[in-house]
Parts: sequence; structure tokens; C-alpha cells
Amino acid sequence: MLQAVGLSCRRGERRLFSNLNVKVEPGTLLAVVGENGSGKTSLLRIFSSLLPPEEGSVLWDGQDIHQLKELYAGQLTYLGHLNGIKDDLTPLENLMSATSLAGEPCSNKGAKEALEAIGLKRPIHHLPSKVLSQGQKRRVTLARLWLSTRPLWLLDEPFTSLDAASTSVVTQRLLTHVQRGGLAVLVTHQEVALPAERLQHLRLAG
Amino acid sequence: MNRSSMWEAVSGVVKRDLLLAMRRRSDAAMSVFFLVIVASLFPLGVGPEPAVLKTIGPGVLWVAALLACLLSLSRVFTADYVDGALEQMVLVPQPLAVLVAGKVFAHWLISGLPVVLLSPLLGLQFGLDGEPLGVLVLSLLLGTPTLSMIGAIGAALVLGVRGSGLLVALLVLPLYVPVLIFGAGAVTGSMAGVGGEANLSLLGASLVLSLFLAPWATAAAIRIALE
Repeated sequence: MLQAVGLSCRRGERRLFSNLNVKVEPGTLLAVVGENGSGKTSLLRIFSSLLPPEEGSVLWDGQDIHQLKELYAGQLTYLGHLNGIKDDLTPLENLMSATSLAGEPCSNKGAKEALEAIGLKRPIHHLPSKVLSQGQKRRVTLARLWLSTRPLWLLDEPFTSLDAASTSVVTQRLLTHVQRGGLAVLVTHQEVALPAERLQHLRLAG
Repeated sequence: MNRSSMWEAVSGVVKRDLLLAMRRRSDAAMSVFFLVIVASLFPLGVGPEPAVLKTIGPGVLWVAALLACLLSLSRVFTADYVDGALEQMVLVPQPLAVLVAGKVFAHWLISGLPVVLLSPLLGLQFGLDGEPLGVLVLSLLLGTPTLSMIGAIGAALVLGVRGSGLLVALLVLPLYVPVLIFGAGAVTGSMAGVGGEANLSLLGASLVLSLFLAPWATAAAIRIALE
């Protein structure tokens, strides 16, 4: 269970939010919505432990994530709004180096299947990533979701530059994840087509 | 996390960086060519007297190696910072300092090792031979990893700063002074017949110290840059 207790965040002079309390139960997805600049990404970065909160704390199963450190990282798949894709590597190499770095190395076959699951066909696997479109690069990043066995997913605008078909494929993957008891926090501007009992909204006021 | 998965993550980082360098060979070749050109300018400027060249040789070669290392420093973290790969590196179950050590090792293989391998040739250009030439190679072999280690701290500190190229030079060059003194001192010592052992030992000590401390300092700087 992921829990935020009395979180405050300030970027520069601006206070983005204060005394924020939210709880994400296993099997549910938290969709963080709000205007541009309302602190959605900052909240996600606080959840990921990249950004220390000004006040308050984030608890994972009752323990502070800044005390858990690497143990918490082992529970987590974080995909930021940057893709982390190397232009000089092929999608396959990108995916495999990302998963091996995350401590979940996958086989060549597993990586290919993940790429196909998100609609990247075989010829694309061996092209340098610089020739891919923005949406295709995003899909290479998101293919990690098919290889991740971590319980907590933190995704920053996963649907950006995806077409309708890929969006529904990713949503389906999210549904499978929460049905298996996983948790997810999503920053998004779009509606997430999940059953209402699995979906929780958090609106940041900006 | 057990040891084998840590090893896997580190070797993954090293392999990825080497693969990237292979795909962009011109980048890696640039700092080596820079070294060759800088080292070749001095004989042209100072004149061809063998005695003079022999005296300035060790210092010139060491300064050139140092500048070549400085030139390649921006490549260590900047690209990963810009495209988000560095964030992923922070959020892994392994200690960041260990992954940083892997990245610095890859940087040394790409830009430090070629300098070491090329140095006998450049040494000959300055009339060094016999034992001093051997000491030059050995001093660079011990010194260039230290340069990469110290440089990584600077490179991490200036992440996200505009005009970082010049800033990193100002930050890092003063820290390179001891390495330069020991390195060039070892070669001149061996030329003067007193042997370079003392300076080489000091270089070795600097390497051990930087191996121990630099990854942690670099990791802390990366975390600050990503906040």
C-alpha cells in the first residue's frame, strides 16, 4: 500500500500543494489530474523518491520510502515523461538495457514479445531508435510494463503521443496489473478507461 | 540485493556505454585526436632542439592528456540526464555509487585507455626513450583513471547548468593539479636518474583514494541534480 501523509511541495517560490493525504490500495489505480503546472509530475517524483517532499512523508506498507531506499526501488517501475531512449540503439537494445539496469533482465525473446505486445512489429526492432516517431519511442519505453513484475507502477503521462489503439492496449495492461493486485499511480490528462471500483482520482488545484 | 544482480546491473551499464561509443566512434576518436594535435603543436611552437623538447615533454604530454580527459567529461552524464536515462539509474535496487563507478570505468575505457596506448608514440616525438618512456606510460595508466574519477564529480555537479563546459573545467582543473604534478614528476624523476617510484606510489594512492570517494560524491551530486 502506498500512502502519502501530509505532503507539501514547493518549487522555487510557488507552493504547489500542501498537506496532501492520499492512499493507494493494492488492486487500484490512482489517476492524478490537474492543470499544467499544478504539481502532478512533482507529486509523482516525490512518490518515486527522486524528489524529497518539503514536509510530510510517503509510506510504502507503513515504512518511509527514504528509509527503505534500495528496497523501495525494488518495488517500483517508474516511467517519467522523458523516454530514456538512446537514439543510437535499436528498440530491442534500449528495452533490454533498461530492464537489466532495473534489475529485471529479460531474454531477447521476452523483449521482442513485449515490443510486439505494444504494436511494434519485428522490422522496427532492429532499426536505430532515431528513425522512430515520437509515439513509437514512447511505446518502446512503455514496453517495459510487459516485462515488469514490480507491484508499484508510477507513470508520467503514459498516453502522450500514443494513438487510440495503443492507448487501449496500455489501458488493458494497466487493468491486468491492478487485477493481479498491483498498484499504479498515473499522471494523465486523459480519461482512464478502468472500472470505477479500481480507479481513484486525485485533482490537484494548481 | 545480492551480489550477482549488482554485478549484472554494473556490467549492463558498462556494456551499454561501450555499445553507444561504438555507434558513435567519431565522438570517442575526437579526444584522442585532440591529444595528438596538442602534443604535436608544442614541437612546432618551441622549436626542434632535442634537449628542450625532452625537458618539456613529460609536462606537455600530461597536460595534453588532462585536457583530452576534460574534453570528454561532458559525455559521461549529460546525454543520460537529458533523455531521462539517469533518472532510471537512480531508481534501481542497486546503490547508485556502484553504477556510477561502472559509468566512469566505461568513460576511462573509451577516452583514457586510448591515451595510455598512444603515449609511447607521442613520447618518442619528444625524444623520450628507455625507462622514462616506460614510466610515462605507467604514470598515465595510473593517473588517467583518477582523472576520470575526479572529473565525474565535476560533470555531475554541473548537470543542468548552462555553459557547463567551461564551468566543469574551472571546477575540475584545480583538482587535477596533484595528479599532474605526480605524473609529470615521475617521468622527470626517472629522466634525472632518481627514479619515478615515489611519484608513481603517490599516483597509485590518489587512484585508490579517488576510487573510494569519487563514486559517492558523484552519486550525491547526481541526486541533487535530479531533484
